[in-house]
Amino acid sequence: MIDFDSVTKRYPETGDVLRNVSFHLSRGEIAFLTGHSGAGKSTLMRLITVMERSSRGRVLLDGQDVGLAKEHQLPFIRRKMGVIYQDYKLLYDRTVFDNVALPLVIAGFGHLEVNRRVRAALDKVNLSGKEKKYPFALSGGEQQRVGIARAVVNKPPIIIADEPTGNLDPELSAEIMNLFSQFQQVGVTVLIASHDISLINQLNHRVLKLDHGQLITS
Amino acid sequence: MKYRNKNLDKKSFRNNSLKQVPRQTKKAGGHFIDKLYAYRDLHAHALFSSLGRIVATPFNSIMTISVLAIAISFVSGFYILKANIQQLTGHLESSNQISLFLRDDVSDSHANKLAESIRQNSNVQNVKLITKEEASIEFQTYSGFGSAIKELEKNPLPIVLQVLPKRILNNKYELENLEKELKQLPEVDAAQMDLQWIERLQSIIAVINLFSNILNILLGTAVLIIIGNTVRLELHNRRDEVVIQKLVGATNSFIRRPFLYTGFWIGFISGISAWFIVTVLMLVLWQAVEKLSSLYGGSFHLIFLGLIDTLVLISISSLLGVLASWVVLSYQMHAKSLKQRSRFHTPVKGADIL
Repeated sequence: MIDFDSVTKRYPETGDVLRNVSFHLSRGEIAFLTGHSGAGKSTLMRLITVMERSSRGRVLLDGQDVGLAKEHQLPFIRRKMGVIYQDYKLLYDRTVFDNVALPLVIAGFGHLEVNRRVRAALDKVNLSGKEKKYPFALSGGEQQRVGIARAVVNKPPIIIADEPTGNLDPELSAEIMNLFSQFQQVGVTVLIASHDISLINQLNHRVLKLDHGQLITS
Repeated sequence: MKYRNKNLDKKSFRNNSLKQVPRQTKKAGGHFIDKLYAYRDLHAHALFSSLGRIVATPFNSIMTISVLAIAISFVSGFYILKANIQQLTGHLESSNQISLFLRDDVSDSHANKLAESIRQNSNVQNVKLITKEEASIEFQTYSGFGSAIKELEKNPLPIVLQVLPKRILNNKYELENLEKELKQLPEVDAAQMDLQWIERLQSIIAVINLFSNILNILLGTAVLIIIGNTVRLELHNRRDEVVIQKLVGATNSFIRRPFLYTGFWIGFISGISAWFIVTVLMLVLWQAVEKLSSLYGGSFHLIFLGLIDTLVLISISSLLGVLASWVVLSYQMHAKSLKQRSRFHTPVKGADIL
């Protein structure tokens, strides 16, 4: 599902941020991405979400070389993945419902379907009943879960999460990880960037460890 | 409706069974009719949310719209001024005539025959005979010297033949030739025409036309720039929102849509305001013009912006709004400067988040 084929990413100012990174995540696989800060985690994620393109090597999503994708194809590639951001990236002038509904509205779903799916997604992250609240009225953990609901509402085959449990207490973290496992079981590929060593050790999943731009374990 | 329900059932079935089967993405929300409804909803939402945003910042909106309305009212004001002047010159065309003053010794019946023969001239549309008596009555009625003429023993006014040339004789030389030709008739004492006055008027109209065309272009450009800049600022204010929309897979046309509606609304409201300004000004002028007109026989009435004019005015200003936003959005969505100022600083070619 996600293929990195000797990918190098070089910035003119800082040099190689990723060096010759290769790995393969198959359908229904769950993996942690870890490494010290500055190791290239965010860059790797941005290559997957096609916010950046590799300097060398190929990034394949579902068999498609995203480095070759034309600009007008990018929206449709991005719809294949749900991305959870460390800083949530919510729309603060829209309700929780509207935030979660955004990917569905963009994809052109009818409002009945949008209603149903948004409620189901909010239910999964334990936010039922908060549809009409604005993100500012929610705690950090709740905002994080709104972001998670938005990422999964479109039932994408790939979920990318950047520190998804950073603002959650252990109990909620476990619940969210459990949620990711559920997605994995139905064939979703999940990649989680995380510093949370105890969480990683607790769960027996594959770990991709980056060190100064190189993949040291996979 | 029945079919839609069936479709929904199918979908919910699919979703219930999702846990067992690997998921596949679906490009859009199901049945064609559903998609159509969803598309309509998107447009309706963009239409009303963009209006909502304009209303939500009343001070900014009123300032922008006032400037635009004034600019547009200049254009439409000049348009209506031209229409009124054309109406005025329309009246004057009938005075594009040659007056033949006949010799004193020519009798009414002879004058009648002469008029008939001039009528046969291929360059003449009509000839009107004014007898001495008619001239005297007209003079007494309109000149204000009525009592003076009564004192005279003999009617001093000559018989006048008013020759109206064919309309095709707009050319100055043809008119002059006709005048010369008629002047040579033995019964004619003098001939007179207001050619010079007409020429002057026509060149004044030409100048006004040229001026208003230049004004239209300048003010049209100003309207485009003002709306474009407003939409650009709006885009900058909502940059985070745009970036988030892009991140969850919005196409450029999805992102552009609400901004196009913003441009539409600004143009539309400005157009209506401009109509209002022009109409109020015309109402202020109306009484004065009617009074002036009555002093000149009351043949001139002020033309207001008609229904068609108003519809055209509002359509053009709305279209300018959409056009301006389109240009700005197309430019901004590819503009490097914005890319680099984005929160997601991406200095590498090919990154496309705004």
